[in-house]
Amino acid sequence: MNAFSTSPQFKDNARAALADRELQSALKFVEVNFIARRQEVADKLPEFDALRDSARDIKNHTLANLDLYLEAWEKRVVAQGGKVHYAVTAEDARKIVLDLCRKLGARTVTKGKSMIGEEIAINEYLEANGITPVETDLGEYIIQLRHELPSHIIAPAVHLTKAQVEADFRRVHTHLDANRDLTEPTTMLAEARGVLRDRFLAADVGITGANFLVAETGSSVIVTNEGNGDLTQTLPKAHIVLASIEKLVPTLEDLAQVLRVLARSATGQEMSVYTTVSTGPRREDDPDGPGEYHVVVLDNGRSAMLGGEFRDMLRCIRCGACMNHCPVYHAVGGHAYGWVYPGPMGAVLTPSLIGLDKAGNLPNASTFCGRCEEVCPVHIPLPKLMRHWREREFERHLSPATVRGGLAFWGFFAKRPRLYGLATSVAMRVLAWFGRGRGRFAHLPLAGGWTRYRDFPSPQGATFQSQWKARQR
Amino acid sequence: MSARDLVFASIRASLGVTGQEAPRKKVVADRLAGHPAGVVPERARLPLQEKVALFAKMVAAAAGTCDVVARADDVPGAVGSFLRRNNLPLAIRRGDDARLSQLPWSREPMIEISTGPSDGRQLVSVSHAAAGVAETGTLVLVSGKDNPTTLNFLPDNHIVVLDTADLAGDLETVFARLRGTFGEGVLPRVVNMITGPSRSADIEQTLILGAHGPRRLHVIIVDHS
Repeated sequence: MNAFSTSPQFKDNARAALADRELQSALKFVEVNFIARRQEVADKLPEFDALRDSARDIKNHTLANLDLYLEAWEKRVVAQGGKVHYAVTAEDARKIVLDLCRKLGARTVTKGKSMIGEEIAINEYLEANGITPVETDLGEYIIQLRHELPSHIIAPAVHLTKAQVEADFRRVHTHLDANRDLTEPTTMLAEARGVLRDRFLAADVGITGANFLVAETGSSVIVTNEGNGDLTQTLPKAHIVLASIEKLVPTLEDLAQVLRVLARSATGQEMSVYTTVSTGPRREDDPDGPGEYHVVVLDNGRSAMLGGEFRDMLRCIRCGACMNHCPVYHAVGGHAYGWVYPGPMGAVLTPSLIGLDKAGNLPNASTFCGRCEEVCPVHIPLPKLMRHWREREFERHLSPATVRGGLAFWGFFAKRPRLYGLATSVAMRVLAWFGRGRGRFAHLPLAGGWTRYRDFPSPQGATFQSQWKARQR
Repeated sequence: MSARDLVFASIRASLGVTGQEAPRKKVVADRLAGHPAGVVPERARLPLQEKVALFAKMVAAAAGTCDVVARADDVPGAVGSFLRRNNLPLAIRRGDDARLSQLPWSREPMIEISTGPSDGRQLVSVSHAAAGVAETGTLVLVSGKDNPTTLNFLPDNHIVVLDTADLAGDLETVFARLRGTFGEGVLPRVVNMITGPSRSADIEQTLILGAHGPRRLHVIIVDHS
């Protein structure tokens, strides 16, 4: 079982999101900030597009040889004193982590931000088994206080306003002065820093994700701005890395390529503040660092994706640029998608991981404007992949009867071009005649889904095809 | 079958391979051994003086600060002036790294020096960088007997000494040097690449310095040229 999903209720989620004033006020920052920041750093680096091609090629090469790179990586991890644990399913991964924590006698666990951690719902599982997980990335900490999923893969609390965060801090940090000033993000950050500092120092185990695994050296790599991931993995007696099979890159040189596109695409930074390459546990004469180093390598359906049309999705380096540039994400935010991965990348990945029957709505929630593919640092053809899901949904008879009926009706005409031309030109004339007064319709038979929210404009002239014909002459 | 076997079998079934194909094995072995460089930005292919200037500019862009001194012997003085400038107590913690312990600290007799890892109670730490990357203003620090990792993250103020002899233009140069120092395929437990002080933008995307790591990052560049 994976993390709990409300993806089947996408339409209801989206409707609620559009009516949520606080959410809408928080979301307006996404469009403004992320897009401009990315553009600015991309413009500063003439080689940016060449690096994107290079990153795509590296990922393609690694995926085509994934078995061999995984073996090479594993050998290096073991040689440096680390341990590798394979997990076929999310359930397997959770059990491995719990088992490790129990063997270490862990009571509290600090966590760096990890999307795999979200995917396998590790926090709920540890909590249910008597171990307290503490998220330490500020955004993750905030959503943990609210028992929510992240709404963005790199900015988990992007759906919240500072007033909401203030309310949560007051609700939870009851040991602090009730009259303290918490109106500014600066004071909230300082408060979280203070609360979490104690947690860092007290934790028995630190769990982080991995942005990359490097086969050449047997390393895991995390990229953060806060430094929480480093405190998480340095201070406790053991470091557990949650990774998935597609995080591999062959060499340090390849790492340099993907790092150059990751931070720029994600936060619009030239380089994130902390890029940390970790290899094995504390060495014999090291004065600090974890005594044990474990990597849990999760498959959870990814190896099956390698064989089909969704292999391209495994290139994803989780920068979030696709959702930052998505008009649908801007309108409804991440929670509407109903599971761990939102936006265009989530619309492609989620059906692979939790099933098309549950997540079929997501690949439909796109206008196919193509901005996601345009900005993707590894050139994933996201619209094409969403279209593949739509085709499968249709083939498997998962789409509702009205959609199927409508498509069959349209298909009947589309296959008969002359009839299509005749029918549309008649329909246009009829609509134009009925709409000649107001120039638009507030109600229209069979189009209630449209007219419930906005007027339908009445046709202003001939059909596109007849206009095209006229111009050709 | 073990979980490991299942994962490998599934990967191989999807790829339509056995894992025993000699040409594939050769391609992978060659890449791991040859580690070819990809696209390296021109930005930092500069003579040393300009490289130092680019590095300092990029550190400043990442909200760090820099001082340039002409000789290693001037480092204690630069540390002292940083502490006084920022109204910090005259106390630092550092590792046993010879490049730091051999400095003439007696020139700053007021500074109280302790050595070893941080337990979170120190306000200022001093580290020596293994390398700098001019391309992005990044410091590269490696863990080891004399270089505790906690010094990079727990104290509020992190001072890092960088010798211009260790300043590279790009990341690839640094990785090649690490390979030279530690051997092919071998790294110390941690390689920390640090670009500016800790920050977060998780609340309404307002950028604030000093999230969980240092609030200030100060680089003392020892420029022999």
